[in-house]
Amino acid sequence: MYKNKGRSRFLVLCLAPATILFAIFMILPTVNVFRMSLFERGAYSPNETFVGLKNFQQLFQDSQFIRSMQNMILLVVIVTIITFGVALLFAAILTREKVKGQNLFRIVFYIPNILSVVVISGIFSAIYKPENGMLNSLIGLFHTMTNPILWKGETLVIPSLILAMVWQAIGYYMVMYMASMSSVPESLYESANLDGAGRVTQFFQITIPLIWTNIRTTLTFFIISTINMAFLFVKAMTSGGPNGASDVALNYMYSQKDAGLYGYSMAIGVVIFLFSFALSACVNRVTEREPLEF
Amino acid sequence: MKQEKTTRSGERLYMAFIYIVLALLAISILVPVAWVFMASFKQNSEFYGNPWVLPAGLYWQNFVDAWNGAKMGEYMLNSVIVTALALAMLLVVALPAAYCLSRFKFVGRKVLRVLFMAGLFINVNYIVVPIFLMLRDGDNWLKSTFGSSFLLNNLFMLAVVYAATALPFTIHLLSGYFATLAHDYEEAAYIDGAGYATTMIRIIFPMAKPSIITIILFNFLSFWNEYIISMTLMSSTNSARTLPVGLLNLMQAQQSAAQYGTMYAGLVLVMLPTLILYICVQKQLTQGMTVGGLKG
Repeated sequence: MYKNKGRSRFLVLCLAPATILFAIFMILPTVNVFRMSLFERGAYSPNETFVGLKNFQQLFQDSQFIRSMQNMILLVVIVTIITFGVALLFAAILTREKVKGQNLFRIVFYIPNILSVVVISGIFSAIYKPENGMLNSLIGLFHTMTNPILWKGETLVIPSLILAMVWQAIGYYMVMYMASMSSVPESLYESANLDGAGRVTQFFQITIPLIWTNIRTTLTFFIISTINMAFLFVKAMTSGGPNGASDVALNYMYSQKDAGLYGYSMAIGVVIFLFSFALSACVNRVTEREPLEF
Repeated sequence: MKQEKTTRSGERLYMAFIYIVLALLAISILVPVAWVFMASFKQNSEFYGNPWVLPAGLYWQNFVDAWNGAKMGEYMLNSVIVTALALAMLLVVALPAAYCLSRFKFVGRKVLRVLFMAGLFINVNYIVVPIFLMLRDGDNWLKSTFGSSFLLNNLFMLAVVYAATALPFTIHLLSGYFATLAHDYEEAAYIDGAGYATTMIRIIFPMAKPSIITIILFNFLSFWNEYIISMTLMSSTNSARTLPVGLLNLMQAQQSAAQYGTMYAGLVLVMLPTLILYICVQKQLTQGMTVGGLKG
């Protein structure tokens, strides 16, 4: 009896702080995102008036919101495809082929992941600077430009952002896949070699299927993190400009908050929430396979 | 015979191609980072020529300007305080919780686990606005009742928010490790008369040292580099700033004042601590990630 009492006291003491912090700073705000999207709130007073779905009705007539959603989807899709394609390919090369200096490459490729997005955006503004920027001066070596290329101009800003985001993400996923690929038993490749299967066949028939579970989990989380990363990059690199050409949904949500339109801002938050869950669920469904044992 | 020769030279060509691609990727990462270091030693007038020219001399004044003039020294101290506080709170709160969730059976365990698991899908920046409003309302209430506010523009509260929002990832990672331990350790300790808390602190936590180091590393990087929450919760003009927010302001100010040298010195100041840490612990960092398998 005494022991049982001590046990529950111990459990409560251990679990209560984490549960309380989690409830206050994660569950409550999440619930609030959904609740506040149905209200209108004064900029400085906590008085709220219930407006139903009015914020959402406004939202779908707001061309800037539609544009920011389109940009977000575009960034998520393209960054995911490029990052996963390149990371898987390079991880396979580095684990399968006897590349010298494998460790050095691994260390270097991981560097962007430890830098703050603010630092990366500083680095990329030096790269993209129209006059005397790294990229334009490199291109200038090969052919003379009359007008400098505006990498952060309206037409090129999205590709420029994609490049920066891929630059940041690739190393992390490469290192992760190298770890899971190195656990695939060598004997499988040996027998594949005997059967005359080439590198490409081995990659698609052995490597990818065997680490599929890992790819699936990381893909789901990558999508959620890319929605967020797109915001971090846009906020630091372009602030959504020029003329909203690079705005993404989370950045638009944040700017509405700065404008004091809290209800409207949270309606955007709800759309982002639902979108990210729906997308994760879709990806999860589409990528479902029988897990392979090895 | 001839066939074999062609495949071998094809093989060599293939390997050469691989090395070139790998080297190009490595260069595309190293050169821009190195360039910033180089640029941080240039005088302002040197930024109007070819960007690939080495600096004329080591112009240390940039760092002095950044450290004092742009207050990066003060921001660095703030960042150190917030990161250290947040890490300490996170460990104190997350370690016992993860231990109990993975090693004890009790009512509500499943609910708690599912809740923390669901937290993995919630990105902090999705909920930054409600957090801000909640703290501001709290501040207004405190001001009207006690006459002073506490929640916003406070480094301690920023650390609390960091620690709280890092809980799902940290608990997930730690529980994964605790679940692999055999129950014999605790049973042996109980037989020797150790209580629950003693067993946890003296027996289990020391065994979890590698996982603890991993979560410290990952969370250090995310706290040190974070800027959205910091910018939102520390928004008043005279409030303390963390390093990335200070750098962001410096970068935006630079667009009009064109203080390039100071800006690149600021960039170096922000990334240098993480780079040094990375060089010391790169093995742990690039291997530790296989434990969690996901990014916070």
